Amino acid sequence: MARAAVPRRLGTRLRWQVATLVERRAENEGASTLVLDVPDWPGHLAGQHVDVRLTAEDGYSAQRSYSLASAPDARHVEITVQRVGDGEVSAYLVDGLAVGDPMELRGPVGGWFVWSAGQADRVLLLGGGSGVVPLMAMIRARRAAADPTPFRLLHSVRSPADRYYLPELRRGDPGLTTEFLYTRTSPDGRSRPPGRIRQEDITGFAWPPETSPMCYVCGPTGFVETAADLLTGLGHDPDHIRTERFGPSGG
Amino acid sequence: MGVVSPGFRGRPRESSRRLPPGQYETHDFPVLSAGPTPRIAREDWEFTVTTETGDRHSWNWAELTALPSENPTVDLHCVTKWSKFDTRWQGVSLDVLLAEVETAADYVMVSSYGGYTTGMPLEDLLHGQAWIAYGYDGDDIPPEHGGPARLLVPHLYFWKSAKWVHGIQLLPQDEPGFWESLGYHDYGDPWREQRYQGD
Repeated sequence: MARAAVPRRLGTRLRWQVATLVERRAENEGASTLVLDVPDWPGHLAGQHVDVRLTAEDGYSAQRSYSLASAPDARHVEITVQRVGDGEVSAYLVDGLAVGDPMELRGPVGGWFVWSAGQADRVLLLGGGSGVVPLMAMIRARRAAADPTPFRLLHSVRSPADRYYLPELRRGDPGLTTEFLYTRTSPDGRSRPPGRIRQEDITGFAWPPETSPMCYVCGPTGFVETAADLLTGLGHDPDHIRTERFGPSGG
Repeated sequence: MGVVSPGFRGRPRESSRRLPPGQYETHDFPVLSAGPTPRIAREDWEFTVTTETGDRHSWNWAELTALPSENPTVDLHCVTKWSKFDTRWQGVSLDVLLAEVETAADYVMVSSYGGYTTGMPLEDLLHGQAWIAYGYDGDDIPPEHGGPARLLVPHLYFWKSAKWVHGIQLLPQDEPGFWESLGYHDYGDPWREQRYQGD
């Protein structure tokens, strides 16, 4: 596991800042992107996350971490939140917070699961469900920097209705290849039967290990464990596989 | 008090004296790691304590599991906000492993198979506060949770409890490990909410 090429210390305390909801975009039935105005946002790297804090009128507060979806230099800070079953924070963010409402966040946080222009010769992105969020930040950062690094995104979702960022991914980017895997329901005409990620899904899509692509794998624990094991089993160097897992408990 | 978000009520308030600030209770056992899960066979496993003068003390699997073990039941607090209560482990206290080690060092760097590292004061590994754990909930520790053996130091945020533990280097001064180099707090006390540098 190599050291990441990002600044070693944050130096100063990460302060809580007030963010205001500018716009909410539904990504699919269970997830929305929150477009936030954060006046003193210091910028971030694609792949980093923020801590969100919600406070109720009686002073009770709850914190969660969410991946940033926006490119580092975007005008607004964006996070994409998936509603988790009994999630006290996610349900409010997806359904309750209204345009103009305040919430608090601090960040950016995390310097390992990050990509910046020129960091690798090829980039393989494997996302499960809402694990595509930090990968989308990388795709957007690549576009913003007009970086020519070849990118391939393999996104595993339950059904076509569960995809994220569909219009944007359909428009595509030069040098970016996107493919979807369906675990429960495939669109008509797909020869691959629905199911979780398998070795042939990777061999049929990814670059061979000898070309040393940088692999970013993000999603629920089961997806990341399986995908990362498949990559190492195929001969990809563990030092070129960066993972971010989130449990089913999120919230 | 923070800025109120209109209409946010949150969960019913439980008596949450066991919950450090900013944490919520989970009943799952989420997995967080920076890379693929390394698979280490027990017959290849080894744990080494190296002093600041270079003295080495090593245990293989049979030697570790032959030592007197304890069965701590502890609460875990992850910097990503989840806490899990009453987790049951089996392992060897660091008091046992470090009993014969002669050192004037005040800090340690813990290292893992796969290259992970984390640093902390030596004191935090002593006095019944830390174990090399090899059992979880009456069974082996699954690889994704750090098996065959992991450090368990539950009074600090859980990134200090290095999975796939391989060795401890005694050091005269504190040095940042993997997450400490990436912006996370050097010490990581959940009760003082020491998540990031400067907290």
